[in-house]
Amino acid sequence: MNGLLEAYADVTGYQVISQLRQLAEHLKGMKVVHVNSTRVGGGVAEILEKLVPLSDELGLETSWEVISGEDDFYQCTKAMHNALQGFSGSIDQHLLDAYEQTNRDNAENLRSKLEEADFVFIHDPQPAPLFSLCPGRRGPWIWRCHIDASRPYHPVWRYLRKYVKDYDASVFSLPDFAQDLPHPQYIIPPSIDPLSDKNIELSQNEIDEVREKFGIDPHRPLLLQVSRFDRFKDPVGVIKAYRLSRKFNPDLQLVLAGGSATDDPEGEEVLNEVRTAAGDDPDIKILLLPPDAHRTINALQRAAHIIIQKSIKEGFGLTVTEGLWKGKPVIGGETGGIRLQVVNYHTGFLVNTPQGAALRIRYLLHRRDRLEEMGAKARKFVLENFLLTRHLREYLTLMVGLLHKTDYRIELD
Amino acid sequence: MSSGNSFNDHPFSIKDCALIAVATGRRAYTLTELRNHIRDVSIDSIYHHFWGGLLGVGFEELEFNNDFANWCRKHLGEPALAEQLSVIDPVEHIDLEGLRTELLDIIDERLDSNEISHFLRSSRAFEFTRSLLVIFDTGKKMNRPENLPGVLPDLSTGSIFYHFIDARRRLENGQDDFRFWLESFGESYTDLRRRLAGIDPFFSSLSQVRDQLTKVCKEYLNREEM
Repeated sequence: MNGLLEAYADVTGYQVISQLRQLAEHLKGMKVVHVNSTRVGGGVAEILEKLVPLSDELGLETSWEVISGEDDFYQCTKAMHNALQGFSGSIDQHLLDAYEQTNRDNAENLRSKLEEADFVFIHDPQPAPLFSLCPGRRGPWIWRCHIDASRPYHPVWRYLRKYVKDYDASVFSLPDFAQDLPHPQYIIPPSIDPLSDKNIELSQNEIDEVREKFGIDPHRPLLLQVSRFDRFKDPVGVIKAYRLSRKFNPDLQLVLAGGSATDDPEGEEVLNEVRTAAGDDPDIKILLLPPDAHRTINALQRAAHIIIQKSIKEGFGLTVTEGLWKGKPVIGGETGGIRLQVVNYHTGFLVNTPQGAALRIRYLLHRRDRLEEMGAKARKFVLENFLLTRHLREYLTLMVGLLHKTDYRIELD
Repeated sequence: MSSGNSFNDHPFSIKDCALIAVATGRRAYTLTELRNHIRDVSIDSIYHHFWGGLLGVGFEELEFNNDFANWCRKHLGEPALAEQLSVIDPVEHIDLEGLRTELLDIIDERLDSNEISHFLRSSRAFEFTRSLLVIFDTGKKMNRPENLPGVLPDLSTGSIFYHFIDARRRLENGQDDFRFWLESFGESYTDLRRRLAGIDPFFSSLSQVRDQLTKVCKEYLNREEM
């Protein structure tokens, strides 16, 4: 067994790796290309960072391409992202022009590589038009939508649909996100990488150092939300929930740790709203961390007593998965993939309001036995369902399915 | 032979499988819509909503063990119907169309007897999905039943699903592959077959089923290690 696979076997058990090898045997030597729009920051980049070398080690020739554009392109794709999540608002024509032009420019560089590939995975709306710009496609193209598109703003979805409808298949994270498209729509939840800096085991020393660095008192309970400063993540709602909880738990501390991604132009504005809401409360720490602060986030999650992800819209919510993996119960907004991960009284609590979140914070801090018990169950749940190895197995299964041109039942020799 | 095993010298070929869910595009918000989709959807989808959770992504300790009952309880506000749907035992239905009929009978009875059931609407749809199942040969074989206690603990959950759950769709009389294989040795393993038949896979995770199979085989074949 090779090095990377062996390291995963230590976490997942060797049966899981053996299964991957057997599936990959039928795809050996095939060229697979993933395309997205950012190399760092955000869940997609984090998944690809390990999915690509792991696939390679299994014998597939896998590469990862990133398209780039100017400010107008990112303004457009951010608006598109918001629209797919249900936010009403049309997109200016000049932004759509930038979107189309950016894809044409990137197609010039990527065309030969994409056309020669046996499988192409296009992640999210940013590079979606590449399909029609690569007419000499050899293998199947799959559109992988990571966004909660269950109730999209229809004018924008209709615009995007014309680019994705001709793909050979699409992949959504939950059945609720699937759309009216004329090709098979597979359901594959995303995953976390247990060996990445963000999820690997840390020494107590390292956790203590991070606590000290940010002035977090180790003897008082800590509530943590890790996510971009984005209105859909409701950071202001988290501050409200914290304030309501403080009536019963005056020692409570709150950390809002916001990563930033290169394709998110709205972050600064939301960050200012959060700073205003926090005021001069010394027990609220607003941390703007660089995109590579993975070990710091890991340490904060391990230092926290409760993880909160009070999103009002969410694709899948990998920060929830990360929190559960650290053995912490998660209080999550009842939306998107959080509903798949947070099971009331087992792995955490689903909430709809700051008041609901405050009640659950109070409960967990009062019932430390339940907090511990739910944390242990949470980690096991992720081990069995949301690690990268399961995600890769489903991609391999999908590729085998597309190769055999059937999506019911395939018996391989 | 549907299990894919050659019985000249009684080898058992160990297979494995992987599953992903596929959206069918069918969604139900009301009980009537659920009923009509159950009537029309492919039988693979009905099967998936009873068994797919074992091999796919999901929480194993849900209140009820099939997706229809869970949706009626959690989202439609029909707790009584949920309980009635939850007692359906898919193992009893060798012909899966019988499973569909039982579901329809229970829902029809509810609709006939409770006027209000026609007007309930869930804010979350029941999403009908089905599975793509890829089956592959592990290249491993067992020659004698005495190999079972040594081999079973190392089987993947995919292998357990294929040989112990999926087999019931492939083989006559709803048998699993292990019992089917043991039958080919004549009367010698009748009691072991009976004990294996007593393992109920519907309330366990696949790894728990694997542990139970191992325990039964070890006990029967009189191994010391437990």
